Amino acid sequence: MPEAMQVLQSGVPVSWYLILSAVLFTLGVAGFLLRRSVITVFMCIELMLNAVNLSFVAFSNQHKDVSGNIFTFFVMVVAAAEAAVGLAIILTVFKNRQTLNIDEINTLKN
Amino acid sequence: MDLAFFFVFSAIALICAINVVLQRHPISSALSLVGVMGSLAVLYLQLGGEFIAMAQIIVYAGAVMVLFIFVIMLLNAGAESRSGKASWTAPLLGIPALLAFLGFTVYYFLRGFNNAGVVKFGGYTGGSAAGVGISLFTDYLLPFEVTSVLILIAIVGAIVLARKEMD
Amino acid sequence: MQNLWLIPAFPFLGFLLNGLFGRKFPKAVINLIAVASVLASFGWVLKVWSSGGDLAANPIHEHYFTWMQSGQFNVGWDFAVDKLTMIMLFVVTGIGSLIHFYATGYMAHEEGYYRFFAYLNLFMFFMLNLVLGGNYLILFVGWEGVGLCSYLLVGFYIVKKSATTAGNKAFIVNRIGDFGFSLAMFLIVVNFKTLDFTQVFSAAPGAPTSTLTAIALLLLVGATGKSAQIPLYVWLPDAMEGPTPVSALIHAATMVTAGVYMCTRSAVIFLHAPIAMETVAVIGLATAVFAATIGLTQYDIKKVYAYSTVSQLGYMFLGVGVGAFSAGIWHLVTHAFFKALLFLGAGSVIHACHGEQDMRHMGGLWKYAKGTGATLICASLAISGFPFTAGYFSKDAILGAAYAHEPWMYWVGVVTAGMTAFYVWRAFWMTFTGEYKGHGHPHESPWSMLGPLVVLAILSLGGGFFFNVPKILDNMFPIKEGAEDMTLTYISVAFGLGGIALSYYMYVVNTKVPERITAGLGGLYTLVYNKYFVDEIYDTAVVRPLVDGSTTVLWHVADQGIIDGAVNGVGTEARGIGGILKLLQGGNIRSYATWVVVGAVVLLVVMGVTAMGFAAVGQ
Repeated sequence: MPEAMQVLQSGVPVSWYLILSAVLFTLGVAGFLLRRSVITVFMCIELMLNAVNLSFVAFSNQHKDVSGNIFTFFVMVVAAAEAAVGLAIILTVFKNRQTLNIDEINTLKN
Repeated sequence: MDLAFFFVFSAIALICAINVVLQRHPISSALSLVGVMGSLAVLYLQLGGEFIAMAQIIVYAGAVMVLFIFVIMLLNAGAESRSGKASWTAPLLGIPALLAFLGFTVYYFLRGFNNAGVVKFGGYTGGSAAGVGISLFTDYLLPFEVTSVLILIAIVGAIVLARKEMD
Repeated sequence: MQNLWLIPAFPFLGFLLNGLFGRKFPKAVINLIAVASVLASFGWVLKVWSSGGDLAANPIHEHYFTWMQSGQFNVGWDFAVDKLTMIMLFVVTGIGSLIHFYATGYMAHEEGYYRFFAYLNLFMFFMLNLVLGGNYLILFVGWEGVGLCSYLLVGFYIVKKSATTAGNKAFIVNRIGDFGFSLAMFLIVVNFKTLDFTQVFSAAPGAPTSTLTAIALLLLVGATGKSAQIPLYVWLPDAMEGPTPVSALIHAATMVTAGVYMCTRSAVIFLHAPIAMETVAVIGLATAVFAATIGLTQYDIKKVYAYSTVSQLGYMFLGVGVGAFSAGIWHLVTHAFFKALLFLGAGSVIHACHGEQDMRHMGGLWKYAKGTGATLICASLAISGFPFTAGYFSKDAILGAAYAHEPWMYWVGVVTAGMTAFYVWRAFWMTFTGEYKGHGHPHESPWSMLGPLVVLAILSLGGGFFFNVPKILDNMFPIKEGAEDMTLTYISVAFGLGGIALSYYMYVVNTKVPERITAGLGGLYTLVYNKYFVDEIYDTAVVRPLVDGSTTVLWHVADQGIIDGAVNGVGTEARGIGGILKLLQGGNIRSYATWVVVGAVVLLVVMGVTAMGFAAVGQ
């Protein structure tokens, strides 16, 4: 019991946060490569960005420097802007091609 | 306590993330993504990034994901169909690469960050609104102003792209 | 400082003026520029001769600038004049002036008048360079230049395919000889480190005989090309396609004698290489006989004289080969007189018959062109060795020296002399006696053409006395050419007179004899008439294999196959690779993303490994 309490009282090694971030990122890329709907692909991109945010905040904690948080802040701003514009593009593409299947948006070739 | 919190919320995050990737319907993926963001916010809190955690909930989960859901409903995106020509390179090359990447980074993190320290709730207080604010308005003032311009551009771009033609 | 450079400069100026502006000049101006430039040259030669002092003791050397300087090897633009040069200068400029003057009359109705005189002046420039040169390189510049002018002038009638082909032939065959000459020069540079005449000739006696023999034989190759000896004589008969003044100047008096001059100039080298001397003599003698036999059968008047030129050049080489250098040069001078006269006279005859050159369509011209006929009589007497004409002295000097060397050479030479007399007089009888067998009315030539003929006739008859070359060149060459055995002279004169008499009998008295002989000899006659088929032999043995070989091997295989294949192949390969790479751009977004991921992962892993490597080293 005291060992369990002691274990429970100890903190979390930073590396675990980083590993979690890596796994989330990998899942995001996997989804990006495997999914067929444009919007889902976009959401996987957001997932990747979140994973990176997590690793930034973890580093910020490790080095006791606020710059990591600042950078996360900027990442979020950019992600928001990108989401807005990206969705607008998806709307336009849907208007022109009537499809949300990423494999059918392939005329930019050869 | 930190360990318990970590395990719980990282588990939620992982399950929601897997759900994002595996679900058929975009709405389900979007809601799972909201779940991921929420659990990540708790993890930020544990890491001392209070401001970021709140910003995550308000901006990311509250605004961006809502935008996503608006668009899904606007486009009436249905469940993904199985048809269409699938690319063979994606699963064939991508998955092994990803697995290699994952394995490598995990190994690297475990080995290189062994003595990096331990996270406790309250162990780092610099991420408060005051701390972030001071840094943002002194050291990083220029990027801050630039991002406001960036947002302006994004607004204009989104409006131009998505409007209906006036006839 | 005698300003020797003025001698070639005058004709060069004439070439520039006539060449650049001649199209706009009236004929009188072109004539004036062309003839005056050569006369000015001749005048300067006279001035140098009179004020030059004793050239045997003090030859004139003038150095203008250093042309090439490379380590020990130094070649300058040098002119040198000694007695031999002086003789050549007189011949070139004197006969050159006469022929320029003649050409103003002969070419009066031709197209491209200014071009002709420009080329003729250019030829004088190069020939004078050749003769004045103080080292082998300047000589070679002149050598090549006269070859170029020969090509330009033989192919002067640019609309006639046979003329341009003959020009090509002249130049190409000359080049083969020039290759030999170049090799000789390389050997000289390697062995003596210089091309200057005085230095080479003072160092030559010390060099090993084999080297000198090699050099001499290669020089001989060059000489056979330029002076039309066996085996490279084939261009000279074809060169008769050029206008007659060209044949007279270049292919009788000056250019073809350059080979003899060069061998005489290199006497020191030849004297120390007995094998080469023997070769020279044999080749000269063989050419003399060979060409004389062909000349017996030809019907084109210019071809007869062309083969005669080849034959007489053979005599000159015979003289050089047996050591009688001054006799060879003497024959060069006298030959210039009477051969130029023969050609110019032939030109006059052709002019009289309105362009006809076949002797079977001439005849009975004595009625119409007595002046030309008289001068041709003088020339024919001279070439036959009639006593006390110019040709008599020089030819007997050579034959006497040949007898002293090897008696059989003398006998062959004497028989050839008889043949020479025969064919020259055959040409005369066929042209001037009997009935006129051509069209229209023949007429005498104008004084612009007759004048030079008269001058040359006087020289042909009396030139032996005026220009006693061995006396002039006394002490220049080791072999003393002394008094000949008069018996030999009587025998050769007898052969000459016999030739004249025989031709008179066959072509004036009993004109049926030639046909009977021709029919009787049958195949042998055909062989000789067709020049022993030498041109055809060269064509099959040398030209055709070269052309076919070049076409199949060099053109199809090497150029088209290998080089074009490589260049085009590179292009085709690039296109092929591009075609393969194009497949990456399928338009599928997921495949693009996959490639990005793969690349990023590779980069990250590499960076991580190196970072960990450093970290491991650090720990």
